[in-house]
Amino acid sequence: MHDKTISELSRSLRSGDFSSVELTTHLLDRVESLGPHLNAFVTVTGELALEQARKADQTRAAGDSGPLNGIPIAHKDLFCTDGVLTTCGSRILDNFISPYDATVVGKLKKAGAVMLAKTNMDEFAMGSSNENSCFGPVKNPWDETRVPGGSSGGSAAAVAARLLPGATGTDTGGSIRQPAALTGITGLKPTYGRVSRYGMVAFASSLDQAGTLTRSAEDAAIMLGTMAGFDPRDSTSAEKDVPDYRATLEDNLDGLRIGVPTEFFDDGLMPANKTAVEEAIRELEKLGAKISEIHLPNLGLSVPTYYVVAPAECSSNLSRFDGVRFGHRAQEYDDLTDMYKKTRGQGFGAEVKRRIMTGTYVLSAGYYDAYYLKAQKVRQLIAADYAEAFKSVDLIAGPTTPTPAFELGAKTHDPITMYLNDIYTIGANLAGLPGMSVPCGFVDGLPVGLQIVGPHFCEARLLNVAHRYQQVTDWHTRAPEMTVGGTPTA
Amino acid sequence: MSLSRNEMQNIAHLARLEIAEEEVTAFADDLSRIIDFVEQLSQASTDDVLPMAHPLDMAQRLRADEVTETDQHQKYQQNASSVEEDLYLVPKVLE
Repeated sequence: MHDKTISELSRSLRSGDFSSVELTTHLLDRVESLGPHLNAFVTVTGELALEQARKADQTRAAGDSGPLNGIPIAHKDLFCTDGVLTTCGSRILDNFISPYDATVVGKLKKAGAVMLAKTNMDEFAMGSSNENSCFGPVKNPWDETRVPGGSSGGSAAAVAARLLPGATGTDTGGSIRQPAALTGITGLKPTYGRVSRYGMVAFASSLDQAGTLTRSAEDAAIMLGTMAGFDPRDSTSAEKDVPDYRATLEDNLDGLRIGVPTEFFDDGLMPANKTAVEEAIRELEKLGAKISEIHLPNLGLSVPTYYVVAPAECSSNLSRFDGVRFGHRAQEYDDLTDMYKKTRGQGFGAEVKRRIMTGTYVLSAGYYDAYYLKAQKVRQLIAADYAEAFKSVDLIAGPTTPTPAFELGAKTHDPITMYLNDIYTIGANLAGLPGMSVPCGFVDGLPVGLQIVGPHFCEARLLNVAHRYQQVTDWHTRAPEMTVGGTPTA
Repeated sequence: MSLSRNEMQNIAHLARLEIAEEEVTAFADDLSRIIDFVEQLSQASTDDVLPMAHPLDMAQRLRADEVTETDQHQKYQQNASSVEEDLYLVPKVLE
């Protein structure tokens, strides 16, 4: 049961092969026995899940044939879930029971999806390895001495380990695509504004986007179809119709123009990763795509631009965590200012503090023009590079990450070393473009991801390309061999 | 560039973050490295380039000035550490 995709499970549920309660019970069992081992979950909502599964079985019997009806999923702990702990991987919210559902959570619930758990993540979505959580690091199911990537590490590890067929994630600088690449699954970051951010705790408001982690492009299409759409509660939500993403999955790729940026194939890219990605691009060519070389001349400035813009926005967004209305409050303090300082000093981890302070610095009097304003201008240049490229190609393809999963603790000594993991993913966030990572091979037993990026609102085309690729390859069907205490778990 | 302990403590104060004495130097070093790293941006030629605040060309949506939400303060105040008579309690602000 746990090897099936969302679309296979949906067919089985509708044929009556098993019920949602049976499926949920089976996966709950795996979640409870393997979850702690990977440290993928913050909260397991077993009873709630079974209740939702019972309800789904009823509505299905009454005629609901939606593809997510009765399907167990998990939500990244960045999404507010009514009546359920929502921590964002942080001490400062370790007691916060959300009084409402995020729009994304509500939509999936309405479609009949069953929420099994809230997944572990880098604190406030700041990280590329899931080592910044106050609940400890998540482990990569392919090699437990290695990171699963971040910040949606818990969601990625859970889906890769076949604990769940799908999970939500968020991507601000690569936090869906990078962990998808490192754990061998399919990750989708939609266009900025495609999916509502209401109830999704804000990190960097002009970059954040909710997306999916699944084992196939078809499953991503199913989830996105439900998650996407205009939301009046999100002031940056796009007023654009949601196409039927599944309807165009099988489209022909003949004549599709794919651009491969030379800047993506620099010295930082590990040779074995390069080989796997080049092979994947050749497969796309065999499927009918026309491959050409393109340039993104300002790509080298994308990481520094991001590390001015994102911290600036986060310093503003995280100022709401002050111990007054919700979350942790320090027990002892001298006055209001001291209360704020102690509450935040105790509640936030080191990386979050670094980013808040970087943001405070670049926005402060005397530095604003040199850093923040400058970064916003360079952001314009980077976005213009992509727009220019899309005049001659339909999609851009390349590696998702420079290396496969690295060891726990390998990059925590220097923030910059960690930041450079996002070199290929960040540009899409700066330009608001949709992007996906699909598994395309292995390096020493560790997964490698192929990244495809397209113009605004071309998710249907990305899903189509990913699906066609998955029809002629089987990288996405490979599962890690997990053992608990020496016993294989498959 | 190298952030001094003083500058570091000033930034921490602006951000309302208490940093332990023994951690100030480490944070100052990290921040100095990050600032050096982002210094690369000064190389880019951006004369006549407009700053980009938002990835899509969007204007702020407006709506009619009508009440659409209901009062749920009791539900929301359950998450506060200190509430009395519907008010959030904090240390005295005015002397």
